[in-house]
Amino acid sequence: MSVRPAPLARPAPVAGRPLSLRGLLEREGAFSWIMLAPGVLFLLAFVAYPFFYGIYLSLQDRPVARAGAFVGLANFATLLGEGVFWQVTRNTFVYTLVTTVLKLLGGLAMALVINQSFRARNLVRAALLLPFIVPTILSTIAWMWIFDPTFSVINWALVKTGLVSTGFSWLGNATLAMVSIIVVNTWRGIPFYGITLLAGLQTISPDLYEAAAIDGASATQRFWHVTLPIIKPILVIVTMFSVIFTFADFQIVYALTHGGPANATQVFVTYAFDLGMSGGQLGMGAAAALTLLPALALVIVVLALYLRRE
Amino acid sequence: MVGGRGFGARLLRLYLPLAFFLVAMLFPFYWMLITSIKPNRELYNARIMPLIVHEPTLKHYVDLLTQTNFLTWTYNTMLVAVVTTAVSLVLGAMIGYPLARMRFPGAAVVAIGVAATYLVPQPLLFIPMADIINRLELGNTLTAVMLTYPTLLIPFCAWLLMGYFKSVPRELEEAARIDGASRVQAMTRVVLPLCTPGLLSAGIFAFTLAQNEFLYALIFLTKSDVRTVPVGAITELIRGDVFYWGQLMAAALLGSVPVAIIYSFFVEHYVAGLTAGAVKS
Repeated sequence: MSVRPAPLARPAPVAGRPLSLRGLLEREGAFSWIMLAPGVLFLLAFVAYPFFYGIYLSLQDRPVARAGAFVGLANFATLLGEGVFWQVTRNTFVYTLVTTVLKLLGGLAMALVINQSFRARNLVRAALLLPFIVPTILSTIAWMWIFDPTFSVINWALVKTGLVSTGFSWLGNATLAMVSIIVVNTWRGIPFYGITLLAGLQTISPDLYEAAAIDGASATQRFWHVTLPIIKPILVIVTMFSVIFTFADFQIVYALTHGGPANATQVFVTYAFDLGMSGGQLGMGAAAALTLLPALALVIVVLALYLRRE
Repeated sequence: MVGGRGFGARLLRLYLPLAFFLVAMLFPFYWMLITSIKPNRELYNARIMPLIVHEPTLKHYVDLLTQTNFLTWTYNTMLVAVVTTAVSLVLGAMIGYPLARMRFPGAAVVAIGVAATYLVPQPLLFIPMADIINRLELGNTLTAVMLTYPTLLIPFCAWLLMGYFKSVPRELEEAARIDGASRVQAMTRVVLPLCTPGLLSAGIFAFTLAQNEFLYALIFLTKSDVRTVPVGAITELIRGDVFYWGQLMAAALLGSVPVAIIYSFFVEHYVAGLTAGAVKS
């Protein structure tokens, strides 16, 4: 079925030691591979195999529950020839880019705020992280009601304060629907940035700020020349993680808009889901999902190298 | 702190932004709560001030618990989360341990492979996986999600635990070995106990991730009695164009409570797990 890495050459049996499991477990190489085997086999079977099987599927015309026919790159050609695909691409990039900038700035602000000392700081920090803990679909259900066309609390507030005379159709208008999914993604992601960046801020020794202050650095200068350089590695890693997961987001868009209205918020994964699952076109769906890969691969490789560097 | 000017500065730099963040982050939960206890005549009346409840009722909770499979969904969610967390923790530790502490041929390849599987997002896999699960005839079984959730959680646990495993001094292990402990004993009696915080962090984190899982459950679980809470809520409390808002909110709130409680007991471990990937330990 799947490819197993070639079993490693064992060192020649040491004379006098019987080749028992016990003996084997005492050898570093054998012990390591015996420990690794179950997990590695699992990952090969349920990650590596589906990944390559997905590539194989993408080259087929394959309706659900029927045999497929090899069609080469026809699925990709069809996708690239459709206006919807380019709209989906644009949507995904807009969604990822805008939310990333907002989460980064918002998270940094949150980290700087809670890095000050005040009472009940741990409690506040725990509470602020809630949006990230609670299952996304469940919190998005609350947002669905917040954006309800008739009973939106935002509309109620806007009308009540006299800012507008009639409420908006948040999820029914192309631009506002995009704004809505961006708001929810940002809301859920800010605490992730905030708490991880806070951990970074806490590694900075107060001495550094004192030294900078003595040298006459203003608060802004201290931020740019002390804080930022120190937390930069964390900033990079957190951002790249977040980009990967936002790029491949499904839950928020699926629950709030289903990609609508008229594909205005359709992103790669909801699009692939519609083609492959709702539409039953496994081949097309697999192809659509794979179009995520080039952009993702770039981020993943950079991040993997960055992580390995430590 | 110096007098008025100090307070003014503190108000601007701390209290106001803090209040803003707290309100912004927590309002949706407040909204969930009060919506779930509003009677329908308040819920669907645009002229009533919506920010408070005038006549609270538990009707939506009663309906949710008696007219839907919510309790079954909760049981399924918990079962799946506990099993996948346990499996992922064990297999993740078994991968992380040799990678962190042993020298053996192939280590670099495995390390990169594990990092790559962690980062390969599930959306690349769900369509082929749907077909595989179909062929294995595992559709509509909890086994299907128990097999697929760990694909994300194992690499995560392995990666997180590696940092902890590395931090245990080699001398401790060697001392145990000189005293006659086997490699396995050195691991189970010396290294693992010292890494309890790491195991807790990975476990809590994996548990919340498992609770958050949706895509695979949505695809594989199409019968009501095998569904998890998120899938059950979004597919069965919305029928066609009819949204059962009160019950939806009650389900969202009740579904969040177990995660929130467990999280509140282990906040420090959770935060450690969250930041371990980003901040060098």
